[in-house]
Amino acid sequence: MQLNRDDLKEAYRRMCLIREFEDKVHDEFAAGNIPGFVHLYAGEEASAVGVCMHLEDRDAIASTHRGHGHCIAKGCDAEGMMSEIYGKKDGLCGGKGGSMHIADLSKGMLGANGIVGGGSPLICGAALTAKTLKTGGVAIAFLGDGASNQGTTLESYNLAKVWNLPAIFVVEDNGYAESTASAWSVAGTQTKRAEGFGMPGAEVDGHDFFAVWEVAREAIERARNGEGPSLIHVKLNRYYGHFEGDAITYKGEGEIDKIKATKDCLNLFKQRVIETSLLESDDLSEIETSVKSYIDQCAATATNGSTPTEADLMTDVYLKY
Amino acid sequence: MSVKSYRQAFNEAIRQEMERDERVIVMGEDISGGMGAPGEDDAWGGVLGVTKGLMPQFGRERVLDTPISESAFIGCAAGAAATGLRPVAELMFVDFMGVCFDQIFNQAAKFRYMFGGKAVTPLVIRTMYGAGFRAASQHSQCLYPLFTHIPGLKVALPSNAYEAKGLMTQAIRDDDPVVIFEHKAMYDEEMEVPDEAYGIPFGEANVTREGDDVTLVAFGRMVNLANEAADSLSASGITCTVVDPRTTSPLDTETILETVSETGRLVVIDEAHPRCNMATDISALVSQEIFSDLKAPVKMVTSPHCPVPFSPALEDLYIPSTAKIEAAVREVLGKGH
Ligand SMILES: Cc1ncc(C[n+]2csc(CCOP(=O)(O)OP(=O)(O)O)c2C)c(N)n1
Ligand SMILES: [Mg+2]
Repeated sequence: MQLNRDDLKEAYRRMCLIREFEDKVHDEFAAGNIPGFVHLYAGEEASAVGVCMHLEDRDAIASTHRGHGHCIAKGCDAEGMMSEIYGKKDGLCGGKGGSMHIADLSKGMLGANGIVGGGSPLICGAALTAKTLKTGGVAIAFLGDGASNQGTTLESYNLAKVWNLPAIFVVEDNGYAESTASAWSVAGTQTKRAEGFGMPGAEVDGHDFFAVWEVAREAIERARNGEGPSLIHVKLNRYYGHFEGDAITYKGEGEIDKIKATKDCLNLFKQRVIETSLLESDDLSEIETSVKSYIDQCAATATNGSTPTEADLMTDVYLKY
Repeated sequence: MSVKSYRQAFNEAIRQEMERDERVIVMGEDISGGMGAPGEDDAWGGVLGVTKGLMPQFGRERVLDTPISESAFIGCAAGAAATGLRPVAELMFVDFMGVCFDQIFNQAAKFRYMFGGKAVTPLVIRTMYGAGFRAASQHSQCLYPLFTHIPGLKVALPSNAYEAKGLMTQAIRDDDPVVIFEHKAMYDEEMEVPDEAYGIPFGEANVTREGDDVTLVAFGRMVNLANEAADSLSASGITCTVVDPRTTSPLDTETILETVSETGRLVVIDEAHPRCNMATDISALVSQEIFSDLKAPVKMVTSPHCPVPFSPALEDLYIPSTAKIEAAVREVLGKGH
């Protein structure tokens, strides 16, 4: 399987969409227009997109509190997402979930998650469904370096292996869980952990879309062929704080600026496709412009949307009660 | 005495107990922060800064940052408590009890009974609860009724900074497992708090107002709302007794029954969901013990039977308000009020 011109444009479009979305949420949050907590994915785009470019609606993903990127990469409607983050009635979850609970099951997006380590067991379930119903689907848990230390995560590795499930665990290691360095909190290594459970584990540079795309291709192919689970350790960086409002005093001097200047995943993608003449710079700037205006439109829709009312409070607790 | 915030009151209680007893240790995720990171030490002091400054004073041996592994470190705190330390473990948001509840309710809570009185488990779990932060369904729950249900656990809900310091100090000195519920929306609320260490005994309610018409029993942050409602009702000549039980386990049933007997009317205010919560518990107590003293049916003001919604428009409807409390009081007083 190779990426053709349309695939490359689509990959770039999704990565830009995530970046613009997150930058917009950052600004809007700072302006006091967004309630609650938001955790932004900017800087990590190549991971979600590199993996999700291989997926269809029948494939499931589970996400984290830092979920906007996974949602967009898996095809969730950005306008509905933005409205959700603003707490509006037209939001993807009717304004009931907010940033940390965006989901669209029709797209195979099983939800962002407020509970660190909540996603991996669910992905075993989605993988079991795919296996039992022979849908040909795979299920992918995105989880952070911090989440990799939860019992639920390690139990899921074991379960996925002993049941030979079409599950993939994508450990997005951005170096920190809140203010705590993964270099301190993670004993052993992610790939050795995979090895310990008898599943293939690969480490990849998460700033490089093409590298992520390639290891994801291999893992997904194995899962689709009935060869069981895999783990991918994606090393990357987040550009903003743990949540919006975090002063980021725990990072090193200039740490983020250096990554932005040398390893930004969008820039690396751009360089690569232009150097190799896979795309022209006009193709890319066209995408950038259209994404920008689309995100402005998303924010306008969200701002002007109506808020839920008392009639909405008690709906959707049950189907029938 | 000096003015302290709810946040500072907890911090000071823990600090003074750590100074007094070197077996007191603190652990939790980002409880100090910046562990293994190149930047500032003690970068966070907990997500909302409650434990800031403890690590620089007491060192990393007594202020332990943990990986995100609640089963392991909450269980570890229980084990350490049963073997000679006095751990104060932070379960960041009470919603995360789902990850580690076995270690709390099957292990720590039951050691003493199961082992025939041989175990002593001076464990304190600090945790944040409550809605109002736009933090949605998995970061806003109350859940203290679930802990109150478990024999072997003590449960405290400080309703202001004075209570926070006294109940926290008491919890650390107590030899049984105690869960302290800190309302996340109250950390910046300030009042005069003594500088020296003091404990507030568990199971002794605080009567914050005395009145003739209705008794309001409220928990945690709801005590403030009950006081506000009582103040505003007094303008229309309605006087209320307000009871803050301080701890749901043990529960000061005596003060509750006495004050309800006096007024003959009860409104219970509980931020938890309406089924099997503190409000139903108190209602059952009162109807069982002093039914004949009641002049009107008991009224409960709680949040509804739905998860905490994200949208501010819905969350504001979800949380009990002073308006709802006032309406309930007028309702139990009947026509003309
Ligand atoms: C069970 C549980 N414990 C703790 C938290 C609080 N918390 C939210 S995000 C986070 C850090 C997660 O780090 P990581 O998994 O590396 O993801 P990242 O934020 O870096 O994307 C913590 C501790 C939580 N939400 N759920
Ligand atoms: Mg991380």
